[in-house]
Amino acid sequence: MISRLVRKAALFAVAAGSFGIAAIAGFGDANAQATVAAIKQRGQLVCGVDSGIPGFAYQDATGKWIGFDVDYCRALSAAIFGDPEKVKYVGTTAKVRFTVLQSGEIDVLIRDSTLTFTRNTDLKLQGAAVNFYAGQGFMVKKSLNAKNVKDLNGATICMVTGATLELNIADFNRANNVNIGSLLFERTEEAFAATESGRCDGYTDDTGSLAAARSTMKVPGDWDILAQVISKEPLGIHTRQGDENWTNICKWMHYALLNAEETGVTMANLDQMTKTSTDPFVRRLVGEEGDFGKLLGLDNKWAYNAIKVVGNYADIYDRHFGPKALGLPRGANEQWYKGGLQYGLPFR
Amino acid sequence: MTSTLTWLRVNLFSSWTNGLLTVLVLGLFWLVIPPLLDWAIFNATLNAATKAQCAADGACWAFIKQRFALFFYGRYPAAERWRVDLSAVLLVVFLVPAMMDGVRHRWVAVVALVGVYPIIAALLMAGGVFGLPWVDTEYWGGLMLNTVLSFVAIAGSLPLGIVLALGRRSRLPLVRYACIGFIELWRGVPLLTVLFMAMVMMPLFLPGGVTVDKLVRALIALTLFTAAYMAEVIRGGLQGVPRGQEEAARSLGLGYWRTQGLVVLPQAIRLVVPGIVNTVVDLYKDTTLVTIVGLFDLLGVVNQSLKDSAWLGMAKEGYAFAAALFFVICWGMSLYSRKVERRLARATAR
Repeated sequence: MISRLVRKAALFAVAAGSFGIAAIAGFGDANAQATVAAIKQRGQLVCGVDSGIPGFAYQDATGKWIGFDVDYCRALSAAIFGDPEKVKYVGTTAKVRFTVLQSGEIDVLIRDSTLTFTRNTDLKLQGAAVNFYAGQGFMVKKSLNAKNVKDLNGATICMVTGATLELNIADFNRANNVNIGSLLFERTEEAFAATESGRCDGYTDDTGSLAAARSTMKVPGDWDILAQVISKEPLGIHTRQGDENWTNICKWMHYALLNAEETGVTMANLDQMTKTSTDPFVRRLVGEEGDFGKLLGLDNKWAYNAIKVVGNYADIYDRHFGPKALGLPRGANEQWYKGGLQYGLPFR
Repeated sequence: MTSTLTWLRVNLFSSWTNGLLTVLVLGLFWLVIPPLLDWAIFNATLNAATKAQCAADGACWAFIKQRFALFFYGRYPAAERWRVDLSAVLLVVFLVPAMMDGVRHRWVAVVALVGVYPIIAALLMAGGVFGLPWVDTEYWGGLMLNTVLSFVAIAGSLPLGIVLALGRRSRLPLVRYACIGFIELWRGVPLLTVLFMAMVMMPLFLPGGVTVDKLVRALIALTLFTAAYMAEVIRGGLQGVPRGQEEAARSLGLGYWRTQGLVVLPQAIRLVVPGIVNTVVDLYKDTTLVTIVGLFDLLGVVNQSLKDSAWLGMAKEGYAFAAALFFVICWGMSLYSRKVERRLARATAR
């Protein structure tokens, strides 16, 4: 009797589970090709951002969202509506970020999330573009005189748990036959405090967050950020699979911002360049030539409207990570012709 | 003078072990309190426009001051914040008669508080009617959100808890097992799991395009969860009412509902007021868990504020402020509970 009950319960659970999967799959199909139409009808882009991380997405004293990723939401809103403020921001934690994207609660996820194989194939998400090349880096005491990561042999490093930070260090230890100790904390604030108080010789995190960590130290000058990184973290824009047009818009938004920097179009000189430039790439970008916006299902002024409010890639980067902000060198996020990895595909 | 010495000897140095402990504790105080006061008061900075202007070795209360409104209202539009203020004032207006002694027809006040006030407050804060602009719940946050969450959860879970407690004592097996099942299921899962289910899993099961407001989902989850605890608290009260009361009511010819409503429940609930307040205090603190599923309550807003690039490293100030605020509110609630207990003790002593 009992075993029969158990079997029935198991059957029910399986049925419920497959219903859930069917619901996810079905949802994707129903929504195909319709994201932009849905956004326009709603009058609002729903943008998933980090619930709080310096530089990428945070709120100022009035509750206004600010940050590198937030500027991408504003750019998309400007491209669709001609108005950067028609965005509803959904702060997502690491645990819920992909589920809210799959379930359709958000249109796009721009949340310092790494593009990986399994997120593409298993979670059925589309990595539209890499807007920030990061990697796991180290902030260490100057007195250690460490030049690269191997010099940290025997040192203890503070970090937060939950990501793959400690896993990467274990891999590095095994591959290089060194012994770097890990001390785990639940919250970044705790890890900062432990590093400051001397329980650790350093702190490790994505390079995008290290500059923020250093600025919370009592004497920031006492800490070095090592140039070497031990993992690849290409952070970027995620969309659902099944709506290629929407993914293309997100992808070409990023390339538009890169191309603007490459051709010298900035927030300040945009109007002047639009009037006077004879460079065909500039003229296509700002919508003076060709039907590039129309081909995406948008206005031809889409990129113009975006650059008008957020500037080009360098403008965005400098606003949030530049010397006047967190002071993080461009590094891998420099343009390809300056030795970096950011490479805007051509507009033609 | 001698009385002071006697008091010291009796209370602090009654034996050598107690004496040693006293000295140790005083030593600990000496170590901890002066640096704490230095940080929190003497070296603190109250007015500063940027982080750089704050003293390095003291608290930077300017950070709290600058974000004070954010901590209370979240991102609620500044021009509409009077609506939240008015709701808070109305809460007090409705709360006082419901909680004061010697008010005639106090149950009317309680029903008004639980039944009428939420509708007024919801219309006032969400808007969309009577010319009030609509304020989406995505803008609700801060301490206001904690209060909304706990008030609705209590207002909903009290009646539900009473029904469940009565059901659990019912002679009808179907009713009894249904109530036991409900109570044990909800008490057997952690609140965090319930919130995750409501926030993350539920949207996957809804048909495409149908979304239920995040706040509403959290409210339903919290209400059902609290109702299970409320039911057990009230059941404790029901068991504390002597059997003779129920039998006497029956012998007067009262039916089930009138027996419970007029005789048993009033006595039972009076017995468990401290238990109910205890659940309320617990709930108020538990509402901070919603920050994990993406609602920005007070703690969520504090966490969020710590990430502002211009004000990094304000964790101590932020958490100290949140802790102080929660302490004041929860302590206030337990003061009320103790007052009720004392009154009950007097009433039964007579």
